[in-house]
Amino acid sequence: MRVLFRRDLVCQQAVELVTDYLEGTLPRRARRRFEAHLAGCPHCTEYLAQMRETISLSGRLVPEDLTPQMRDEFVDLFRRWQSEQQ
Amino acid sequence: MSRPWPWFRGRPARPILSVMDSDEELVLRLRSGDERAFIGLVERYQEPMLRLAASFVPSRAIAEEVVQDTWLALLRGLAGFEGRSSLKSWLFAICVNQARKTGTREHRSVPVADPEPAVDPSRFDGTGHWADPPEHWIEAAERRLEAGKLAHRVRAWIDELPARQREVVLLRDVEGMTSDEVCTVLALSEGNQRVLLHRGRSRLRQLVEDEFREVR
Repeated sequence: MRVLFRRDLVCQQAVELVTDYLEGTLPRRARRRFEAHLAGCPHCTEYLAQMRETISLSGRLVPEDLTPQMRDEFVDLFRRWQSEQQ
Repeated sequence: MSRPWPWFRGRPARPILSVMDSDEELVLRLRSGDERAFIGLVERYQEPMLRLAASFVPSRAIAEEVVQDTWLALLRGLAGFEGRSSLKSWLFAICVNQARKTGTREHRSVPVADPEPAVDPSRFDGTGHWADPPEHWIEAAERRLEAGKLAHRVRAWIDELPARQREVVLLRDVEGMTSDEVCTVLALSEGNQRVLLHRGRSRLRQLVEDEFREVR
């Protein structure tokens, strides 16, 4: 059985550090503790992978297409603006 | 980091709008009066700005007005835009300022005071270790995304986030802006930005997990 040091992280603390870890804002010692926890904890390793996947899902969203009607409205807006310029 | 504009000058304007055109190229073409370049920018940013504006104002109709004003501000301000920030940051900043001027929704007051755990405490045992650990869903999510059946759900989940978390997640993770840019656009401290990002992403992860739990 692994000896639990007082300085060891538990899972409930580790999940709160994920964003700081991914942002690179954890101080070096805290980062080492976090990584040491991951090395021994498959669940938190999975959790970190899921946070990365979540970010990646958001990053792959693409804007919905403009409707033809909206496109026409923006063409009008542009032309009105252009005619005001002259 | 900003690149001086003349760097782009002298490139022939392409006749057809391509998804590969950078914002900078579109701005240059827009400056020379290219209508298609304007529509290209609208295609890229109308919907993202609408979602952002919607989190500040009480109705979709007002959000639409805010975004329309933002486009007019872009056209009027084009000559003065020097590319010190990215076009994206500039646009979103105008949009947020317009929304704040218009906005009546009260969600600005309490920033990040109340603690909000990333994971439901009931999923840990008394010693803080997982009692109900995360289930595997990454591969299933990828398959569903590839089948074109997940993106609209992710959209809906982001819309479910509390407004301030949603704003940060939209700009950071959907739009891919840097934390510095997001802090500027939303007038947040770096620390608060990170807390909101953490909560937003954590909630979102939970929503994805719930989705795939139900499937089994």
